[in-house]
Amino acid sequence: MKAVILGAGPAGVTAAETIRAHNPKARITLVGDEPHPPYGRMAIPYLLSGRIDEAGTHLRADPDHYRNLGITLKTGRALGLDAKARTLALEKGELAYDALLIATGAKPVKPKIKGLNLPGVHHCWTLADARAIAALARKGEPVVLMGAGFIGTIILEALALRGVSLTVVEQADRMVPRMMDAKAGALLKRWCQAQGVKVLTGTSIAGVEKGPKGLAVTLSTGKTIPAALLVVAAGVAPNIGFLKGSGVKAKQGLLVDAHLETSLPGIFAAGDVAQGLDFTTGALAVNAIQPGAVAQGRLAGLNMAGERVADRGQLAMNVLDTLGLVSASFGAWDGVDGGWRSAALDRDNFRYTRLEFLGDRLVGANLVGIGPHVGMVRGLIETGTRLGAWAKTLKRDPNRLPEAYVATLAGRRD
Amino acid sequence: MQRSLMIEPVKCTGCKQCEMACSMTHEGVFNPARSRIRVFEFHAEARFVPYTCTQCAQAWCQQACPVEAISVDAATGAKVVKEARCVGCKVCTIACPFGTVNYVRATGKVAKCDLCGGDPACAKACPTQAITYVDSDWTGLERMRAWAAKATATA
Ligand SMILES: Cc1cc2nc3c(=O)[nH]c(=O)nc-3n(C[C@H](O)[C@H](O)[C@H](O)COP(=O)(O)OP(=O)(O)OC[C@H]3O[C@@H](n4cnc5c(N)ncnc54)[C@H](O)[C@@H]3O)c2cc1C
Repeated sequence: MKAVILGAGPAGVTAAETIRAHNPKARITLVGDEPHPPYGRMAIPYLLSGRIDEAGTHLRADPDHYRNLGITLKTGRALGLDAKARTLALEKGELAYDALLIATGAKPVKPKIKGLNLPGVHHCWTLADARAIAALARKGEPVVLMGAGFIGTIILEALALRGVSLTVVEQADRMVPRMMDAKAGALLKRWCQAQGVKVLTGTSIAGVEKGPKGLAVTLSTGKTIPAALLVVAAGVAPNIGFLKGSGVKAKQGLLVDAHLETSLPGIFAAGDVAQGLDFTTGALAVNAIQPGAVAQGRLAGLNMAGERVADRGQLAMNVLDTLGLVSASFGAWDGVDGGWRSAALDRDNFRYTRLEFLGDRLVGANLVGIGPHVGMVRGLIETGTRLGAWAKTLKRDPNRLPEAYVATLAGRRD
Repeated sequence: MQRSLMIEPVKCTGCKQCEMACSMTHEGVFNPARSRIRVFEFHAEARFVPYTCTQCAQAWCQQACPVEAISVDAATGAKVVKEARCVGCKVCTIACPFGTVNYVRATGKVAKCDLCGGDPACAKACPTQAITYVDSDWTGLERMRAWAAKATATA
């Protein structure tokens, strides 16, 4: 079997390893279009804050890992797909496949705002971006960050730890609006401001020009602020341009079934590029998170290797550390029809727990200032565990979730 | 022959010697808050449940890690955090459906049970044999593993 994996991020690498584990003879080629060993984008913030060097971002530590597994690494950009002939056109040459995985991830979008092509404006998405940012984000320099979504807020911490003078501009009314409710968002904002980061919510960037510090950023309020660097984190779009005319169906991402197969047989998709089954809604969604990319990559690999394994759906989940305040969100954090909620807010100590239930089952959560055992939230949601009398206890005090978990799932008498 | 921690809550008296031994072995301090095993107390029923990682086969934590900072100890089967590679991103802490990988602020990294390399301090410290280190076959761990399999969205 000739398996071609396009995209050398976590989804692609996991798929390649999974195919190898189930098929010692398959010919596996892993293609990426960046000139580095396969790396994890989500390690970039830790590269920027100086915790690791570039080798520390590599998905696999051993440089011989891929050779040892008999996985051929290839650098090249895909330009087109001929699904009938089962060939993938690269910049140089083409690759024939029996099974193809598209794991090309996403790319950051540049909003239509004047001046975003000026030098000093960067995304924070690739190692190349990280190098450019590191050169400009020097101690004390004024830096503006566009967007306080999940990825923007992670970048926020990395920039702040570099000691820049940071202003974050978010057009929504709060930070991480698609991950947290207003109470949680307000806690995060107040915390960041207490750490010396300026956070402007309900504000957008109207335009960018050259300025004395390099850039002059004009806000929707009319005010103009200087910047040596503007980092744009305003959303992403799937890398599917090369599939135009190929017949692979896409909406927000490549549509895949429970076996991670696209509308064309033999062609699979996983990770940020895929619109697959969402655990919470049962609909198809682009979840675009590391654990989801790995899980889908693994499932795609299994199915490509001939094991028919179905996805039960990926649970949306995120964890954030904003300068020491750790927060997380899971599943239906904003509630479901016919459900109920239990919430506890401790403003002074920056603690917030909001649990969402349907009947006596947990379906989602927002947590700020989290304590230990946070993964239990995932366990309870994905097992659909009936909490019985513990649901009443959690209604009174949502912070007793770990006890409820142990009592209902782990601590039962044999 | 693989061995596992067998936990029998009925035998636990809640003395917390396991937490003390664990934190001392790993962190050099007697501090239950730094222990990788935790005794849950259900006072109304006078019941105590020691709780830690089952070293599950799915290894959610290991799979989720973006920088290969969690690997399997070939000798014990334990999933072990390599501190030198861990960046502290915490993705494993939300990915583990058992909630047994935790972020440690003091180190900026995550920590979990590593079976002490094959000589678990908690089991040695337990005065009532509520925690023992035994052949994997008869730990009742199969029940936990079965649950893990059921829990998986992807197994
Ligand atoms: C700064 C930052 C922080 C993040 N932090 C977190 C976090 O804390 N938690 C979390 O869950 N997620 C986080 N993410 C998101 C996470 O990194 C992604 O969800 C994950 O990388 C998706 O993996 P993937 O394999 O689908 O895609 P990617 O990692 O994007 O890999 C796609 C690969 O495809 C290649 N490619 C694209 N187009 C082509 C083409 N035409 N031809 C050949 N190759 C191509 C790319 O070069 C790349 O190698 C973060 C992302 C960023 C940028």
